[in-house]
Parts: sequence; structure tokens; C-alpha cells
Amino acid sequence: MQRIINNPDELVEDTVKGWAKAHKDHVHLLDGNARVLVANGAPKPGKVGIVTGGGSGHEPAFLGYVGRNLVDAVAIGEIFSSPTAKAFADAIKACNAGAGVAVLYGNYAGDNMNVKMAAKMVDREGIAVKTVVANDDVPSAPASERDKRRGVAGEILMWKVGGAKAATGADLDAVIAAAQKAIDNCRSIGIGLTPCTIPAVGHANFAIEPGKMELGIGHHGEPGIEVTDLKTADEMAQVMVDTVLPDLPFAAGDEVVVLLSGLGATPINELFVVYNKVDELLAEKGISIYRPYVGNYFTSLEMMGLTLTVMKLDDELKALIDMDCDAYGFRQFAKGS
Amino acid sequence: MQGFANTGGQGIVQAVIDVIVANRDYLSEIDGQIGDGDHGINMAKGFAMVGKQLAGGSASYAEAMDTLGFVLVSEIGGSMGPLYGNMFMDMAAAVGDADWVDTERYRDMLAAAIGAIQALGTAKPGDKTLMDTLVPAAEAFAAAVSGGAGFAEALDALDRAAEAGRDSTKDMVAKIGRAARLGERSRGVLDAGATSCCLILTTMSAAIRPRLEER
Repeated sequence: MQRIINNPDELVEDTVKGWAKAHKDHVHLLDGNARVLVANGAPKPGKVGIVTGGGSGHEPAFLGYVGRNLVDAVAIGEIFSSPTAKAFADAIKACNAGAGVAVLYGNYAGDNMNVKMAAKMVDREGIAVKTVVANDDVPSAPASERDKRRGVAGEILMWKVGGAKAATGADLDAVIAAAQKAIDNCRSIGIGLTPCTIPAVGHANFAIEPGKMELGIGHHGEPGIEVTDLKTADEMAQVMVDTVLPDLPFAAGDEVVVLLSGLGATPINELFVVYNKVDELLAEKGISIYRPYVGNYFTSLEMMGLTLTVMKLDDELKALIDMDCDAYGFRQFAKGS
Repeated sequence: MQGFANTGGQGIVQAVIDVIVANRDYLSEIDGQIGDGDHGINMAKGFAMVGKQLAGGSASYAEAMDTLGFVLVSEIGGSMGPLYGNMFMDMAAAVGDADWVDTERYRDMLAAAIGAIQALGTAKPGDKTLMDTLVPAAEAFAAAVSGGAGFAEALDALDRAAEAGRDSTKDMVAKIGRAARLGERSRGVLDAGATSCCLILTTMSAAIRPRLEER
């Protein structure tokens, strides 16, 4: 295993320590719980708190989305394993300013349970907690069972919209409604070309043969729709677009956000090769890209591959996507500025 | 009425802790075949922490279960922390500060354990999870009690059902949790949760037996 680590059992601890030092002007580890990263200045009086969390190994998710007009606190789990209920509870408490807290996370069994337990823990303290569970991964279940679908890179757009809505001073119900609308309008799909290895395990627990690719793979190597021969970048763009668009469905005249994320080992330039084709395919269908995001937004350790997320916009979502924000993983100026 | 004293009963929980710590590698090995291989490591880590907290103390059976549950929820993430954590806390609540645990209370406690798992997820028998052990074990105990069995006899029935339940997961295809992603490939291997649940229940039975008295 060719990896840059110390003791693999302390990898997450080592990561968050370095992270907090590197970004100390923006974020800090919670006093008393080093598995919670909080935005400096949170909680902001009167603002709804935004919390997320999940397993480590997806950097810049989830840590990198703590920042201005985005997420206020993140609960940090072991590699590919849900954070503890206490981490979620402490994150909720750390960004509660009395206006309630929106927990926006992905649909995984462990996260569902730990968020539920955390809500029970903070309920005693009278903190209002509401949740939105991301389920944008199209291949993970049929459309008739959308509630079973996993959350993938669409989570970032959910945090962007929820964080922006909270920054406008909206109340908890309005923040939840906006974040729910964001994820309801997101559809994603991933392609994996190589497996990834959790350092403490020491070997990959799934395989992708050389010359093959797995269409619809999940963020932890969950099996996808099918294993095929390795395609060209243009063909990958085609099959991803063909899977995602009919599912919402997206139609001519729609304005969308496109988020193309590498899974960790993908050279950044190759993402742009795919983006070039995605842009062309959407244009052919009369769908216009309002804002594209291309880069490593939500990774899976050192997996080679990528995910495509498309989100349909309305006026509210457009305004919220446009709001400026400042975090390591997501930094943008307001449109036109 | 046969039963055992809640007061001073932390030794029962200590026995459960010991068996989980002793089976750390075995549980991880089973988990590694279809899961991510960390079941034993995570479980042993949480249980050992509680062992240290309880050492030298004189907690009741219920208090010790509550401590165990709270530590698992606080310190162990993933799915097993909240599942077993909530289970032990609700089992503790079902016993409460009663000074005597008779068959009816034990039956209610097992029902509370099932309720705690159901409160967090959708797993049911047949899904290849710890419910394949827990549900038949609780049902066997309740049926034995309804049929007029004494406590020790009902514990025997519970143990047999727990072991049969655990073994039944071998031929199942996982429908829930990380192993579900393997589909047919998950067949032929015991479920790690069903196995740890069997260890917990049967070890508890064994620790209770010598404490049973008539009152």
C-alpha cells in the first residue's frame, strides 16, 4: 500500500489536526470534541445553524464545506464510517443560536441512525432540529424507491442552497424547504475505474479489473448498474447524461447547475475532457448550464473515476446558488461581481 | 417466583463485555468477508471502555447496561454504536430501579431491545442482521414463560433460538446495511451483527443462571 500515513488507526485524527491548523483563520475543532469542526464566528445570533457530517475519506467533503454562507459545523467519522451520535449532537449544539439547526446529510444507514440519536440527545436541551436527507444517486435504487437512494455529490449543492438560505435570515422551515428542493432537483451518477483502499484495512474490498469500468458505482465502492469495457471520455459523458436526464426528467429550456467531481485519483484535466462533452450534450437537448463546477468536490480516497450531478434551477435556487460563499471546498463570488 | 437481583448485577454486563472483547478478532474476521471488517474492532473498543468504567464499582444490572449503552452511542459511530447503544439503554430503562428481575420483566426487557432497534432502522428477521438473532430469541423466551417454564428453562429456550437465529443468517442474502450491496455474494457467511448479538444474549443467560433464586 503506497500511502502517506502514520498509524492507520489514527489517520482521521492526524487529518483533522492538520486541517484545523491549515485553516485556522476560518475553522476550529470544537473544544472538548475533536470530531467536530466549527466555522469561526458560529453560532451567528438569529441564524439557523447548518450541520452536516459523514465518514472521512471524501475530502474536501465534509470538512471543506464549513465556512461563510455554507455549513456551520461538521461531525467527523472514521474513514467511510458514520460519525458518532455524540459528534452530531455536539455539532448541533455548537451552531445553535436559538433559531434551530438544519442537519443536511446523505442517505446512509449509519448516518440516519446517528442523526436520529443526536436529535434525541439535544431534544432534552430544547434545540429545534430538522433534517434533509440527500438521495441524488440515480443508480442506487429505481425511481419508485427514491427514498432508498444514496446521497452523493448533490449533497454539496444541498449545503450551498441550505447555507445560503440560512444566511438570508430565513427561519428553520424555510431553510429546510430550500435544501429539500435543492436535493429533489438533483440527479447524480458515478463511474469508477479503480477501487480504493481504507488504510486501516490495508486492501481494497472490491475490485475493478484493468480495462473495465463500473457504471453507477457508489462513494464507497458500492456496486453500480453494470461493469463494462473502459469507454472513452466522450462515451462516459454520454452514458452519464443519458442516465441522469430522464430520471428527473430534465427538459429543453431548463437551466441547470452541473457539478463534475473527481473521485480522488482522477487527473483534473480529464474532468474537463468529460465536461467538454457534457456541455455539448446538454446544449443539444436545449438545456443551458447556468453554473458549472468542475474539480475535486467529493472524493472517495484514491478511487479513479468521477461523478456527474445535474440540478434543475428555479428563481429561488438560482439566487441561492449565486450567493457568495467562502470555504476551502467551495469559494465563489456573487455572479457579476 | 424465580428471578435475580438487579442490585449489584453489574457482573452480568461485565461478562458480556468480556466476551465481546475476547471475540474482537473473530467478529472482525466474519465482518471482513462481506462488510468492512471493523465490527469486532469497533465493538471491542466501546465495550472495553465501559469495562474500565465499571471496574471496582457496584452498579446494578440496569445501571451497567445504561452506562454501556451511553458509551456506545457517544463513542462508537457507524451503525453498531447507535443500534447496540440504544438497545442497551432501552433494556436498562425496562428494568429501571426494580430490585428484582423476574421472567416477566426479562421478557419486557427483550421486547424493549427489539423496539430500540426498530426505532432506528427498518431491519426485520430475514434481512441478515442482528434481528435474526434477537427476535426469535425474545419470542422463544416469551413463549417458554407463557407455557409455564421457569426462568432457567426459558433462558435455555432463548439460547437455542439465538443460536439457530444466528446460524440462519448464513444462508441469507443481506437486504440491509453495507453487505446488502453484495447481493448474492453475501450468501454463505454469518452476519457479524447476528453473531455478536448471539454472544451478548447467551453470555447474559450464562451469567444470570447462577444468580437465579426463588423469592
